[in-house]
Amino acid sequence: MTLELTGASRRELLKASVVGGGLVLSFSIAAKSEAAETAGAQALNAYVRVAPNGIVTIMAKNPEIGQGVKTSLPMMIAEELDVAWENVRIEQADNDPKLFTRQFAGGSLATPMNFDDLRRVGAVARAMLVNAAAVAWNCPAGECKTAAGQVIHVATGRKASYGSLAGQCAGVAAPDPKTVTLKDPKTYKIIGKSTPQYDTRKIVTGQPLFGIDVRVPGMLYATYEKAPVFGAKVASANLDAARAVKGVKKVFVVDGGTRLDGLLPGVAVVADSWWAARKGRNALQTKWADHPTSTQSTAGFDKRAAELAAGAPQTSLRKDGDVDAALKGAAKTVEAAYSYPFLAHAPMEPQNTTASFKNGKMEIWAPSQNPEPGRQLVASTLGIKADDITVHMTRCGGGFGRRLSNDYMVEAAWIAREAGAPVKLLWTREDDMHHDFYRPAGYHHFKGGVDAAGNVVAWQNHFVTFGEGEKVAASAGMGGTEFPARFVANCRIDQSTMPLGVPTGPMRAPGSNAIAFVNQSFIDELAHAANADPLAFRMKLLGEAPMVGTGPSGYNAGRMKGVLAAVEKMSGWADRSKLPAGTAMGVAFHYSHAGYFAEVVQATVAKTGGVKVDKVWVAADVGRQIVNPAGALNQVQGAALEGLSHALYQKITIENGAAKQSNFADYPLLKMAAAPPVEVKFVITDYPPTGLGEPALPPVIPALCNAIFAATGKRIRSLPIDTKQLAT
Amino acid sequence: MAFKLNVNGKVLEADVDPDTPLLWTLRDSLGITGPKYGCGIGACGACTVHIDGKPTRSCVYPVSAVGAAKVTTIEAMADHPIGKKVQAAWMDLDVAQCGYCQPGQIMAATALLAAKPKPTDADIDQAMTNICRCATYTRIRAAIKQASGQPVKA
Ligand code: FES
Ligand code: FES
Repeated sequence: MTLELTGASRRELLKASVVGGGLVLSFSIAAKSEAAETAGAQALNAYVRVAPNGIVTIMAKNPEIGQGVKTSLPMMIAEELDVAWENVRIEQADNDPKLFTRQFAGGSLATPMNFDDLRRVGAVARAMLVNAAAVAWNCPAGECKTAAGQVIHVATGRKASYGSLAGQCAGVAAPDPKTVTLKDPKTYKIIGKSTPQYDTRKIVTGQPLFGIDVRVPGMLYATYEKAPVFGAKVASANLDAARAVKGVKKVFVVDGGTRLDGLLPGVAVVADSWWAARKGRNALQTKWADHPTSTQSTAGFDKRAAELAAGAPQTSLRKDGDVDAALKGAAKTVEAAYSYPFLAHAPMEPQNTTASFKNGKMEIWAPSQNPEPGRQLVASTLGIKADDITVHMTRCGGGFGRRLSNDYMVEAAWIAREAGAPVKLLWTREDDMHHDFYRPAGYHHFKGGVDAAGNVVAWQNHFVTFGEGEKVAASAGMGGTEFPARFVANCRIDQSTMPLGVPTGPMRAPGSNAIAFVNQSFIDELAHAANADPLAFRMKLLGEAPMVGTGPSGYNAGRMKGVLAAVEKMSGWADRSKLPAGTAMGVAFHYSHAGYFAEVVQATVAKTGGVKVDKVWVAADVGRQIVNPAGALNQVQGAALEGLSHALYQKITIENGAAKQSNFADYPLLKMAAAPPVEVKFVITDYPPTGLGEPALPPVIPALCNAIFAATGKRIRSLPIDTKQLAT
Repeated sequence: MAFKLNVNGKVLEADVDPDTPLLWTLRDSLGITGPKYGCGIGACGACTVHIDGKPTRSCVYPVSAVGAAKVTTIEAMADHPIGKKVQAAWMDLDVAQCGYCQPGQIMAATALLAAKPKPTDADIDQAMTNICRCATYTRIRAAIKQASGQPVKA
């Protein structure tokens, strides 16, 4: 039984878990001890160690949140190093930006940011091994090649294993990573091959991998109660009642600050088990001080948004041509108001961190997507030098953007120091629902017009969101280039804001997960106004120019048309009129995170209004190379199904300044019985490989809503879908 | 209060309050961390264990109710005739994304196959009510089919 932790702490934990008692677990299919296999390994660089027996240990630099990077990033190194994958062992790196540059999970950026650099890391290490062999054989390095962990002298067939050469690499020349020669992708043996997640055996045997599984000697358990109204201070709490609960060791008020993603005020209960800590917490009967945002509510936001939409917009995001004139001249015009709710991330593993403060040094084990800002937050909040703080990254039971914030980390650090003992802080699911950085709600008021030939001649959107003046709340903004901007000559996008006391933040495909819903639904309204096939209408809207705009905001309409054509074919779109009554298809596409995705949903609406999603088809263009096809497929299928959860079930309602929903009973997630098959096709194009954890999600929501319209004639303009309104 | 529990074939002792859920007795007192905490209200199944072979959500099952019943956790599935097939199928299809729900999914799937060796899609829909936030349902279904020797649709 091992925890994926490194160095001294790993050994300490191994010891701890052996003496921990009750570890009666013997695995007939357990992995061999990695420590024994990799004994005597030589480091070639920060990422690569080679043991005399040829076993290569590769560091996984980024946090693993279920997106598969613990496997896919080392694959890039292993490919260029030219080792057999079965001889690779992977170790999770600690947070150490000096060694590993930026270590985070976000923006679907792991592949685009690391694909070149990590291949170069592998290629440099390979070159060092070749140079070591050349020195030993007294021949030019150019006479040697490598294959599966061996250097081979081509002319004589002489061979030396990497394991035997690693010890001789200390003095040899290492080539410049910038100019080192990389393999021809056609010769790849690892990249592009479906590779099971490195941790898959540990996952299925229930071994301790996650933050919640960390145990350190002498550890206590903590729970932390914060105000339902974000940032409210403690007015009173019955600390003595909590202290009287059996097992409770320490109870104290934390003053905290006002930064919503920092250490907020609350009451900590520390006990010898988490259940005892929770019982202590139940006895607190905490009262909270008044807070200025305690009057905010979803109902209030809805009302204010309608008022703002009716008035003059505060900010212009885009103005092309003359929208008013175009609307006047249009053959048909459509006007519609759309909205969507706040959403919680609810990763499966509730927030937690284990922290130990000894002799002025803080050691932290955290399931964070973004550990370095967490370390800095702990440093500034506790007044400890960042160099005295170590953050070990554990596997994360999901992330979805939630763990880009490190509020749980700073709480654990504070509580551990105050308690004078190592502490595992674990949030309840209710804590997690009530203290998220929510996907912001939003409101869009559209006007659009089509001409007699079915061209979109006018597009207007007054977007009402949260913020102060032009400054929008986190992840609550919209760019002026979101499709169909730039594809419609007369286009006006305006914005108005209202203040918000609820913390918001990025959630899987931030911005896009909402914008695709409203824009692709309203495009569908225009298609129906024009009496056009919604897919052909979109194809026409994408125009003839292959590229619109340049640089980061460039939009490759050609690539989008490629995936749209692919999904048309896969789904049998042309034959959809043969579907039975009540069953229909809808289509949508969206560009985000440098990926082009088009999706078709087939759904059936019952007389009662119940919606059943029959099938989803996804066509994806993320460039020339899928690093791990099986992992990529899993990501895309999961993203599409997650989108269905948003569409069908989920909303966070704000009442009296606080989130009303508290657990999976009132914030449901899609389950097996409602999960349709998701067929995926990767359209390979000659562009650099980009990530795909996020961009697969947005189109599925409007594709479903458009299918519902095709089946019922009823347009979904707010989420989640109200099935009562669909009953016939 | 001291409780003697039969867990994974061994008798273990835990000194906890009678109302302590079995989940926290396993995790915090006995160091058996395979069963996971997801919701604490019986809604997600991350904490699923077998009690005398029946899939049970241990977060809402007080330790005092266990008595002499046999508790089996994910840690013992490799020694379970069906459990090990389920684990093998899970590995073969690389079902997991984050993996956090998967111990509970495997416990639920093993219990399903013990009751119905060749489950239909409808059986799977009915029995597999565990939440997977990463939505790996396609592969969970396929892995159950594979473990039961039925044809697998990709
Ligand atoms: S933790 Fe027990 S059902 Fe969710
Ligand atoms: S694999 Fe992440 S919750 Fe199921």
